[in-house]
Amino acid sequence: MELIEMITNIMTKNGLVMSFLVVGAVMAVANLLGKATRGRIAGSAIAIVFGLILALIGGLATGGEKGLSDVAMFSGLAVMGGGMLRDFSIVSTAFGASLDEIKKAGLPGILALFIGVILAFIIGAIFAFAFGYTSAADMATIGAGAVTFIVGPVTGAAVGASSEVVAISIAIGVLKSIVVMIATPMLAKPLGLNNPKSAMIFGGLMGTTSGVAAGLAATDERLVPYGAMTATFYTGTGCLLCPSVLYLALTMFF
Amino acid sequence: MVIYGLALLSGCFFGGMLLGDILGMITGVGSNVGGVGFAMLALILVSSKLLKENKLSSKAQDGIMFWSAMYIPIVVAMTACQDVAAAIMGGGVLTIMCGIVCTIVPLLLIPVISKLGAPSEPLPPLSKE
Repeated sequence: MELIEMITNIMTKNGLVMSFLVVGAVMAVANLLGKATRGRIAGSAIAIVFGLILALIGGLATGGEKGLSDVAMFSGLAVMGGGMLRDFSIVSTAFGASLDEIKKAGLPGILALFIGVILAFIIGAIFAFAFGYTSAADMATIGAGAVTFIVGPVTGAAVGASSEVVAISIAIGVLKSIVVMIATPMLAKPLGLNNPKSAMIFGGLMGTTSGVAAGLAATDERLVPYGAMTATFYTGTGCLLCPSVLYLALTMFF
Repeated sequence: MVIYGLALLSGCFFGGMLLGDILGMITGVGSNVGGVGFAMLALILVSSKLLKENKLSSKAQDGIMFWSAMYIPIVVAMTACQDVAAAIMGGGVLTIMCGIVCTIVPLLLIPVISKLGAPSEPLPPLSKE
């Protein structure tokens, strides 16, 4: 018994370091399961679903609002997954994306990017309203979640939405990326998704990088870089538009 | 040195956040507006310029790439800290319906937007499996 106490003590005292161990283990299991589906579902998507399940378990066990990190020995997850490191790593993903590349994607790619973000935001906001989340902040956060599971919490933090609404927005974004992975190979043929240009438009419209990369990999591996190219800009565009102009547009009506 | 890449990333982060805060103040939102997006733009612009001039060593690039590779694990940690219990009690059907509709509707636009601009040839069929 003393050994267990020692272990939990170490984990509690060195929270951030232990969170690397915990997340690493979750990722390993998720990637194994992903391989078991022969790459049809990306390991990262499974890992995110695991994260949500762990958050549910933590929330039910402690009654707290911060998921698994409310359990003392997993408190480091709140540092690793907190706003600072999250935003820092998101910014770093822009490295390697060049403006020249998106210029090559041309007008249709840029158009797809803006239509994709705004359309997802509007659909999300309409659903939020229909389900009784009628404040502009809640509608904007859920609409942003329909953009991607990153834009949701970024927007939620900016407009001051509750953790509950932020969690809904993440869940919608995660579900979207899973639906993209499954639906893309099934719909590729009727949608004409067989050339670099349509792949770039696809990436711009859908945005979720993991969903786009996995969906295109399951369709035709050679299309992945084209889709990922525009998808890289999607989250940034969403982070730029959702908490600003799109939120402000909502505040005019609600 | 690795820290140079990290410092560049941090500088872009700081600049973007500052711009976001200023924009938030101007628009009266009262919080950060698009700081992450501005930081990404700054990183793209600065890093592509440095890369062109060969001023970003591969070690320095590694410093940035490390955090880029940490993106998914950090997102996993973030999801583990969300109030999922409350979300499921309050938004189960909303989540499922919205997640599906906001995927399918934009997908249908691919053929429409593909008609714009110069056409692109389909990739040749794969010769072997």
